[in-house]
Amino acid sequence: METLPQLLVANAHKYGHRKIAMREKAFGIWQPYTWADYLEGVKRCALGLAALQMQRGEKLAVIGENRPPLYWMLLAAEALGGIPVPLYQDAIDREIQYVLDHSEARIVVAQDQEQVDKVLHVKDALPRLETIIYVETKGMRHYRQPFLLPLSRVHELGQEFERRQPAFFAAELTKGSADDIAIIAYTSGTTGAPKGVMLSHRNLLSNAQHFLQVEAIRETDEVMAYLPLAWVGDFYISVVLSLLTGLAVNCPEDPTTLMRDLREIGPTLFLGPPRVWEGLLTGIQARSEDADRLKRWLFRLFMGVGQRRAGYQMRQAPVPLGLRLLYALGHFFVYSPLKDQMGLRHVRLAYTGGAALGPEVFQFYRALGINYKQIYGLTECGALATYQADADVRPDTVGKPLPGVEVRIAETGEVLLKSPSVFVGYYKNPTATQAALEEGWLHTGDAGFIDQDGHLVIIDRAQDISTLVGGTVFAPQYLENRLKFSPFITEAVAIGQERPYVTALLNIDLDTVGNWAERQGIGYTSYMDLAQKPQVYELVRGEVARVNRALASDPQTKGLSIQKFLILHKELDPDDAEITRTRKVRRRVIADKYADLIQALYMETDHVRVTTTITYEDGRQASLESSLRIQDMTPVEEGPDGPAPTQSRQPVREG
Amino acid sequence: MTHGTDGRTLLMIVHVSKAFGGVRALSDISLEVSKREIRAIIGPNGAGKTTLINLISRVYPPDQGQIIFAGRDLARLPTHKIAAAGIGRTFQNVALFKGMTVLENLMLGRHPLMRPGLLSSGIYWGLAQKKEVEHRAKVEWIIDFLEITHIRKQIVGALPLGLQKRVELGRALALEPTLLLLDEPMAGMNVEEKEDMVRFIFDINEELDKTIVLIEHDMGVVMDISQRVSVLDFGVQIAEGTPEEVRANPAVIKAYLGTVAHTGTG
Repeated sequence: METLPQLLVANAHKYGHRKIAMREKAFGIWQPYTWADYLEGVKRCALGLAALQMQRGEKLAVIGENRPPLYWMLLAAEALGGIPVPLYQDAIDREIQYVLDHSEARIVVAQDQEQVDKVLHVKDALPRLETIIYVETKGMRHYRQPFLLPLSRVHELGQEFERRQPAFFAAELTKGSADDIAIIAYTSGTTGAPKGVMLSHRNLLSNAQHFLQVEAIRETDEVMAYLPLAWVGDFYISVVLSLLTGLAVNCPEDPTTLMRDLREIGPTLFLGPPRVWEGLLTGIQARSEDADRLKRWLFRLFMGVGQRRAGYQMRQAPVPLGLRLLYALGHFFVYSPLKDQMGLRHVRLAYTGGAALGPEVFQFYRALGINYKQIYGLTECGALATYQADADVRPDTVGKPLPGVEVRIAETGEVLLKSPSVFVGYYKNPTATQAALEEGWLHTGDAGFIDQDGHLVIIDRAQDISTLVGGTVFAPQYLENRLKFSPFITEAVAIGQERPYVTALLNIDLDTVGNWAERQGIGYTSYMDLAQKPQVYELVRGEVARVNRALASDPQTKGLSIQKFLILHKELDPDDAEITRTRKVRRRVIADKYADLIQALYMETDHVRVTTTITYEDGRQASLESSLRIQDMTPVEEGPDGPAPTQSRQPVREG
Repeated sequence: MTHGTDGRTLLMIVHVSKAFGGVRALSDISLEVSKREIRAIIGPNGAGKTTLINLISRVYPPDQGQIIFAGRDLARLPTHKIAAAGIGRTFQNVALFKGMTVLENLMLGRHPLMRPGLLSSGIYWGLAQKKEVEHRAKVEWIIDFLEITHIRKQIVGALPLGLQKRVELGRALALEPTLLLLDEPMAGMNVEEKEDMVRFIFDINEELDKTIVLIEHDMGVVMDISQRVSVLDFGVQIAEGTPEEVRANPAVIKAYLGTVAHTGTG
């Protein structure tokens, strides 16, 4: 079994119609697809692509949400020796144009009208693009372009093709070899243009097989396919692990129904990036605020109990009997109902990965008794590099290397990786490939170290590690994650490189802060309005003060307390390139775009004027001028020290 | 008396009048609506628009004249058979069961189509069960079509008005009507909600082949959406035509703005 589609054929033979491979919630019901259906779906798509003259090595772009037909298309391309290129479903025109152009895709599979429209917008700039296949027909009746094909039509073409060449599909399947490229995953990187990471079947399969040696994933496991198709993490679980183990993949009805769908499925294996875990936690925190006193008291009491128990466990110390009894009680009153609410009641294995996570978030899920672990990896290393064994879980590390993976720390402090799953190269970018690979060692760009127990600790992106004027070195991400633990703060950017002290730009959580404002009787019209309310600043000040106290109490982070912050007038948005599609802060963009604001944080002033140009989704533009408060955290009596400075300011930047 | 329908006409209103006590709500109205048309009925307050819709849906019978729908005289049909005959409607003030979920409201919308009797329905067995599953499938199709999956199990009363109106539209669709009567489907909505509703009305008309008669005050919407417009004023039809024709019609301008001379301040 060398390729993913060959594995699919094996699974279809093994399970036939006896086991569910995928479910999709549609029309209110979980529609099942067995392994035989799965193969049939892939085959029909592949024959259709063959009828459209798909060649070996040709790229097939796929854009949309997690839907069975889109997964089938990914595998269909591979079955013919083609290379799938999944795109982020929320990518905007110029991002789509870049990837389609760079990948030289001739055929695009688009889920629905929305995605078709986006591709049509940029089609004129893409001479190689010949055909757009769409899956959902709703709203497509007026589209007359001859290059638009509904999936049903592609299937028909495939049937005709099969009549002419009945042995074609099987023959192409057997031609596949482990060194064929299985996917080009464009990484949204925090710097520069996206790079197309080429991963071979061997890369992915060897990585997953090593992972399966250390983690007991079974064919009875259920996962939820809700992460972007373009993120390698989803492909790794929903395709590679599923094909290797036979586990079932569940596609939610709609992103807005995810929480309900999660509860209905009750996945046993769940991977989420920190933002998902933080979001779930924020929801729980917000609801606990709305609960009555008894419930709030129970919640606090038992979260404390759970955390103490988790502490013993992580130190691998025996849990005292009294605590065990209390925990059993808590299971009944708090943990079990909470897990049920979050749809995590059946989870055996829960992973956070893709970015760093704040320790408080980690403690929370461990306290609930969830087998919650950190994993670490990069698209470039075939997804995973380290893992935490069940009995060896720690909040501050990402665990030990997977079998087959070597980890080394370069003299610069950068983490280097070597394994059979290290990628083939960046597509059409040998310079970047050379820069990333040195004698087989992959430069991760992350700064880290290996602790005395052999666990890898990631500090931050190497280029982000900052130094204050006084010489104190710090990882902005660490401070940001501490801040983001607050249910009121969704996004934080810590600043301090070559500055006298640390400051932060913050985004508030519109839902939780909005709720809070409602309870306080504070009226507001918009995010911008709410963000600048003095009471909201006071609320956030309390949260920042809490983080500062925690930082001050730890000798390692002493002197890093956040001295000033401001709440941004807008939410950081991937459409504005301020954060990546996977919600990683793009520091350079922010440093440039908000230079005036950052400057003001280091001046004697308590507010700064800002003009923003807003581009609406339909392309209209509007300009807004506003004044942002700057909050000083230093404990002086009132306001900034000394007389108020003059109002002179740098000229306001345009757009 | 028979009125020949040429196969294109779905609804014929023939010399219809209606008075409430001494008030003449409608006088001698005649109009024809073709199959798959979107017809707007406009006019100032009190022009008789809702009365006309109520007559078509047989809330009350006309004093004079005939209403012929798909070749049948509606005056001969008892009110409770109207829905099953293929006429669905929504109301100016949303008329849903506010304590029930979206799904339950839509299932209720299919009630006129439900055949099994009290006993078999009561024990939910055999045909009743099979039919219930079929009805649910139809309703789920509508939920998907109107993009209200995320509120499927929410209580209607807790939803914002824009969504309630969409649910009501779904309830009307649930009984698979040929003719949909929409009484101010966009009243009280914000721009975004209106845009959504316009799109759904187009989709219903084009993809589901429904004929639509709607009352609307937002002239922008009327101009965008309807193929033909009927203008009522004081119970009389003063104009009919394409949106452009109607907009240029002096009688219409007069009805809306008092006199033509006042347009400058309009």
